[in-house]
This record gives sequence, structure tokens and C-alpha cells, in this order.
Amino acid sequence: MTAALKISGLKKTYKGGQVALKGIDLEVKQGDFFGLLGPNGAGKTTIIGIITSLVNKTSGHVSIFDHDLDLDPASAKACLGLVPQEFNFNMFEPVVEVVANQAGYYGIERKEAFERAERSLKQLDLWDKRRVMARNLSGGMKRRLMIARALVHEPKLLILDEPTAGVDIEIRRSMWQFLRTINAAGTTIILTTHYLEEAESLCRNIAIINEGELIENTTTKQLLNTLHMETFVLDLESPLDELPQLENQKLVQLDETTLEADICRSDSINALFDELSKHDIRVLSMRNKTNRLEELFMYLVENGNGNRAAS
Amino acid sequence: MTPHAKLVALRTIATKEILRFSRIWIQTILPPVITMALYFIIFGNLIGPRIGQMDGFDYMEFIIPGLIMMAVITNSYANVVSSFYGSKFQRHIEEMIISPTPNYIILVGFVLGGVARGLAVGVAVTLVSMVFHPLNIHSLWIILSMILLTAILFSLAGLINGVYAKSFDDISIVPTFVLTPLTYLGGIFYSISMLPEFWQRMSLVNPILYMVNAFRYGFLGVSDIHLGTSYAISIGFIVVLYLFSLYLLRKGHGIRT
Repeated sequence: MTAALKISGLKKTYKGGQVALKGIDLEVKQGDFFGLLGPNGAGKTTIIGIITSLVNKTSGHVSIFDHDLDLDPASAKACLGLVPQEFNFNMFEPVVEVVANQAGYYGIERKEAFERAERSLKQLDLWDKRRVMARNLSGGMKRRLMIARALVHEPKLLILDEPTAGVDIEIRRSMWQFLRTINAAGTTIILTTHYLEEAESLCRNIAIINEGELIENTTTKQLLNTLHMETFVLDLESPLDELPQLENQKLVQLDETTLEADICRSDSINALFDELSKHDIRVLSMRNKTNRLEELFMYLVENGNGNRAAS
Repeated sequence: MTPHAKLVALRTIATKEILRFSRIWIQTILPPVITMALYFIIFGNLIGPRIGQMDGFDYMEFIIPGLIMMAVITNSYANVVSSFYGSKFQRHIEEMIISPTPNYIILVGFVLGGVARGLAVGVAVTLVSMVFHPLNIHSLWIILSMILLTAILFSLAGLINGVYAKSFDDISIVPTFVLTPLTYLGGIFYSISMLPEFWQRMSLVNPILYMVNAFRYGFLGVSDIHLGTSYAISIGFIVVLYLFSLYLLRKGHGIRT
């Protein structure tokens, strides 16, 4: 199968001597949903900048769907769509023109460009804002506009650089659903994000970069298996005055009726319950600590505040 | 990218540029027209009769071509420098850079925008000038070709300024301290034959002099400069500035890190 993206020996040293990339080798398969993770300043945006011709590389090779970016830049760029980290559209243009103009840069005739812009904007729920100046959109709408713009020429490889930064959970979730849909339709996606939950939920393969070097490149499943500990929240049947000493269990009392337990993935949860039973502590319910607030928020948004008791 | 796709990309950039200045016509078209109308009133109507004739023509008739040219120069330059720097500042130049559109198409697209504004203002100023003096045309071909060459040349110059500009101050420094003095000293208001010999020779260093004189020849049939020299200098500058602009875009100066 053709690689959607192939990077070899990619190095970048900025003016002033700051080394951003120390020789990255990376391959993203066609159809993949690929996560590129790393802390701030790790080099993620530099890699994306080089792939999208916004940053000049120091050395190395990049090819997109087998088109070498140096030798055949037009063909390589035609396969690519970018949703950058920061807003980079003309704030003083109507929304529909922002999208249609982008299609024009890819050689799509004006009439068809506007038809495609309509499709893209409808997909992203922005069609009713088509005549609004881009600067008047809300933050979430601006993010969606950048996705609509990136998709208007139907790229085979879509790169999203922290697309959900600063958007509320409801919009983030709807973006996830949209990205899953276009990935299922065949678009290869590369995603950088600081939300690990986002990467966990969306990406099939993940690479982690740190200080300009690739430190991990594997499947998401395999990566998650390397996590040793998981935290659970336990709701108790009756209030507990003091937490007794439990053998081989790491527990923290959050309040009278709530405990937090760190459990090694290799250990059985039964052992924890056995220990709790020995001390006559009965557990009413248990849940994974991750995303509790997000789930509650989504529940409230989708079902309305009045039904809160149902949660 | 096929030649047709390139043409579509060029049309897209040019249309975007033309729409940009058309949307804000109160800021882009109207002010130069008002300024030039004031020049016609003050220099042509009020002071002109006291100056008398220049090169055998009424002073008003003499300054009209120069003032039209001045409007074209400043507006084609201002359009490209502000548009290009604005696209850098807002970073939407990146839309074009990541696309397959070649650099020369981006360059020509911006220049077409500058030329369109220069010509739009030029036509508007010409129409206003007709209120003050009937239009005298010696050679329409020379008028059209010279106004086009001048608009192209100063659009390219504006783009180079836009590439180098790092702040909004940088896009006003060149027009204020270089372009305006050269324009005023480019024979708009006087014939260089009036100057002492030394200053006549110094004036020949100013490229705007050649364009203003050739343009005036198109209207009045008189020029301080040989027509061929004016065309050669204009075309020569265009070639040099085009190649330099293309080099800057290829290097990604001020755009890519």
C-alpha cells in the first residue's frame, strides 16, 4: 500500500542555532488516523510546517503519496490539506469566499469552487454564516471554517494541528465524529493534540516526539498497554470515618463516601474488593476516573439540566 | 498543475485582490480622486493662470498627465504593499503557499490587483480632470501602454516592500520618504528644461521622470525625454523587479522560517 506520508532523516535548525528536529523518520499509511504527540516545543509544528512548505527544512526528504516534495511539489501539495493551529484566513472576507478561494488555488473553477464551498460549509454547519465576515465568527466556528477550507479540494491527506484547542467539549465531540466520518471515507488524517483522550479516542497509530526526536511510534492499543496504573473512583454504601490500612492497596479517601484507588493493570481488581470486604466496606458503584466531568457535561448538554437526577 | 489550473489560480488571486480594494473603495478609490481634484483646483485653476504656459501648453493641461500618473503610481504601489503585508500579518498568505499554485502565479496575481487599482484610480482621476480641462490625446497607444507599464512596475515595487516589511510602519516608510519625493521631483509640475543644467542631469536619475514624460507625450505630444529611453527604462525595471520578487518568494523571505 502507498504511504500517505514518508519522512526520512528530517532535520531542522532554525537561524540562531535552535535545533528543532534531529533526524525524524516516519511513515503514515494510507487511510490511517495517525496521532503526532509531544510536549510544547517538541517539534510537531515544525514537522507539519515542513510537510506543508511553510518551513524550510535543513535536510531530509518528505514525500506525500509517493510525490517527492522537492522534486514534484505541485503533485505533493495537491494531496494535502492543512488545519493549522492558529487562525490563518482573511478575517475581512466573507466565509464562503475564504473557502471558495482556497479551492481556486488548487485550480478548481470558480463555479465549482462555490459549489464545493457550499458542500464543505454545510458539512461543518456553517452554511448559514456564509455571508458573514470571517472575523465575526465565534472561536469554534473559526476552527470549523478552517476544517471546511482544508477539505474543499478533497485532499487525500489531512493534517490537523491541535484542531480542538480552546473549543468547548460539545464542539470537540462533534469535530471528532466528523473526523471519524471523513477518515472512514478514505481520507488519511494526521492529528497533533495535547488532549491525550482525543488521540486515544481517534488515532489508530501514534508517534511521540520529544526534543526533536521520535521516542515512540506504535499502535494506540500497544501504547495504552504500556500504561501500568489505572485510577478508579469508588462510591461507598455507608460513610467511612477513617480509611483502614489495606494490604497491597493504594487508596485515598476523597470524602466520607468516596475512595480513589490506583490499580496496577496487571493486578486483579478482585483483590481490592476482597480487601475492602475484609474491613466490611461495601462499594455501591465504581467508575474510571478519566473523563468523568466531560461525560457529565455531555450528558447535561444533550439531556438538559432538568434531568440531572438521572445521572 | 495543468496550465488551465494555473490560470484558474491566477484568476482566483486577481479576483480576490480586486474585490479587496473594491469593498473598501471609500478608503482606496475615493481619497486619491479627491486629492487630485484639489491639485487641479489649486495648482491648475488658482495658481496655474499666474504661472502661464509650460512647454507651450496651459499649466493645467501640462500637469494633468503627471497628476494622473502620480495617482497610478501611488495606488498601484499602496495596493500591493498593503495587501501583501496584510496577508503576511494575518498569515493567510499561507493558504497560497501550501497550495500547488506556483510562486510566479502568486506574484502575477498580486500585481494584477495593484494594476487594477492603479488603473481604476487613473480612470477616475482622468474623468475628474475633464471637468477642469478638455482631454487632449496625442497617442492613445502611448497613454495606455505607459500607464500599464507604470502600474506593473510600481505593483512589483510594492510587493518587494511587502515582502521585507515587518511592521505597518515599514509599509509607509518607502512611500513617504522615497516614492513621494521622487514623484514630486519627476516632472509632474514642471519641465526639467526649467532647471539649471546640474539639476537637469540629477533629474535623469529619477525613473519616474521617464514615465511621466512618456505619459505626457501621449497626451500633449511633448516630452523632455526620448520616448524610446522611457520605454526601455520602464521595461528594464519591470524585468529586474519581477525577477527579484520571484527570487524572494522562492526563498520564502519573510514568509517561511
